[in-house]
Amino acid sequence: MKEFGVDRECKVARTGCIGTCSVGPAVLIEPGDYLYQSVTPEKVRDIVRDHIVLGLPVKDMLYSNREYFKKQHRLVLRNAGKIDPLRIEDYIAMGGYSALEKCLATMTPQGVIYEVRTSGLRGRGGAGFPTGQKWSLVARAQSSPKYIVANLDEGDPGVFANRTLAEADPHAIIEGMLIAAYAIGAQKGYIYIRSEYPLAIQTLQKAIAQAKSMGLLGNSVLETPFAFDLELRFGAGAFVAGEETAILASVEGRRAMPRPRPPYPANSGLWQKPTLIQNVETLANIPLIIQNGGAWFAKTGTPKCTGTKCFSLTGKVNNPGLIEVPMGITLREVVFDIGGGVADGKKFKAVLVGGPSGGCLPETLLESPIDYDSLTKVGAIMGSGGIVVLDEDSCMVDTARFFTEFCVDESCGKCTPCRAGLARVKEIFDKITHGQGEMSDIGTLEKSSVFIRDASLCGLGQTAPNPVITTLRYFKDEYIKHIVEKECEAGKCFKTRDEEEEA
Amino acid sequence: MSKEDKRRIMLEKVLKEHNYQESALLEILHRAQEIYGYLDKDLLMDISGSLNIPPSHVFGVATFYSFFKLRKPGEHVVTGCLGTACYVKGVEKIMEAVEQEFNVKRGHSTPDGRLSLLVTRCIGACAMAPTIVVDDEVIGKATKEIVIQKIKDVLGGDKAENR
Repeated sequence: MKEFGVDRECKVARTGCIGTCSVGPAVLIEPGDYLYQSVTPEKVRDIVRDHIVLGLPVKDMLYSNREYFKKQHRLVLRNAGKIDPLRIEDYIAMGGYSALEKCLATMTPQGVIYEVRTSGLRGRGGAGFPTGQKWSLVARAQSSPKYIVANLDEGDPGVFANRTLAEADPHAIIEGMLIAAYAIGAQKGYIYIRSEYPLAIQTLQKAIAQAKSMGLLGNSVLETPFAFDLELRFGAGAFVAGEETAILASVEGRRAMPRPRPPYPANSGLWQKPTLIQNVETLANIPLIIQNGGAWFAKTGTPKCTGTKCFSLTGKVNNPGLIEVPMGITLREVVFDIGGGVADGKKFKAVLVGGPSGGCLPETLLESPIDYDSLTKVGAIMGSGGIVVLDEDSCMVDTARFFTEFCVDESCGKCTPCRAGLARVKEIFDKITHGQGEMSDIGTLEKSSVFIRDASLCGLGQTAPNPVITTLRYFKDEYIKHIVEKECEAGKCFKTRDEEEEA
Repeated sequence: MSKEDKRRIMLEKVLKEHNYQESALLEILHRAQEIYGYLDKDLLMDISGSLNIPPSHVFGVATFYSFFKLRKPGEHVVTGCLGTACYVKGVEKIMEAVEQEFNVKRGHSTPDGRLSLLVTRCIGACAMAPTIVVDDEVIGKATKEIVIQKIKDVLGGDKAENR
């Protein structure tokens, strides 16, 4: 820009993820929302010369797929790509922290909870528990102090929505926590974050320091008697730590092993005190609900499932990336309209919704709307918001085996159905994929899956059999082909032991 | 002052920062691993003594979480992402090629200690799948040719420096 003498008129700013990860690095030029894709240092010169100096956008380098954004609805990611996440001033300029101010100045804690209840917001961590209801439970709990734990332990492979949120708009999470703390009467909060996310950790650390120096965190928030302090806690690579009682054990410095409920964390959580555990995406919705009212929020999405949901759209799809869509959108719209269909002209086979313990859904179910209840009905889960597209090159038996192996690794080992049951299921898969399967194995798989689902202690075991159950339900013929004809159409299975050794 | 003493002083500072509290065990293990590179038996015994908690508790936590390394890693670390998106996009083939090329199995180091091959469950860069991390550099949309060349480069780079 110096070279062309326009460095005074333009500001080069850093921003969080815009969501078009497949064509990065991306550069956005405003005014006008011109998004350039796959930018390189050499290309920058052309862009500056043509676009900024001459006023002629470089058409063939612009992000061409407007469909990608058309069906999206950005609430949680409202500031992603619009602000510099490391500048609290940017967040405030976009209306940030005004919801907190509104709460402290004009609303009672009960009033805040009422708005959240009216909004119909449900927990985005996967289970979909009504947020307002959870808040009143913790608010009503008698003992003190009370705690908040924000869950940023995004352990699902194939999911990166929470990471992107923290990197793009950390203050939205902090403001959401402050409002929640005011509503339930907590004075101390923890953000539990994966140590695999160094940039998100740095961004949050900076954001917390800024909020402290501006009097938004500390003994008297915005010069009111309300006090709230916030600390980061680092995970250490345990998928099960996303479970709500396991996360508490981990924050307390112990092994992340779930415990039976009740007592629920709302009454007996961190150090046996009432604790609100909330996913960061849920928290990032809160400032909007307070600013615009619960009724306004409830207009988006479906009546039973309001608002939006962020999804990490990956796998064999043309436009992978981070998307945010209104609840109730169909899978077909996500995969084909936003995702641009299956990559490399291959044939669609299945879509995996909900991470490693989600369900594999065939093409016939693509009209299913995305909301908690509809997904559960077809055997998938909302989970933490992973959508992976599989094409004809993927073997469904191998896919189910892969996820079972993941859950065997990640099982904490506390309860028998999950620890021993999943290991047994994996043995059967190994048998089938090595050409030693028998027809009776299918029945054993079906029975074991249902048993593990029904008898496990926590969400990990209860949902771990989902990929097995759904692939058996929708792709049984592939299992039979593997067992009877020893044939894998995708060419993934039946490597002899020698071949494996060699590789 | 020997290197060992310096590290111990740094560890002591960390312990003090956390007030020798049992509940800070994860934070302390994180920092200890940063200081020492990995957590060996003596170090874990040391931490257990300093916090006045049973060794079984410290070992239990250190072995539960996959982020903690209990064995000395190689000079260079290659980590393959075995998350869903990378798996679907064929990271397995790249890993197999690396294992073959450098004669090292995943989860292990080469006998000369120069290279470790590890796997992780998703680094969260799924749109760039498949991804492989060579030392601290993330290689997105990786192919086995690119990865093997990169590993050769970092291994060779050391030799050049030594000369």
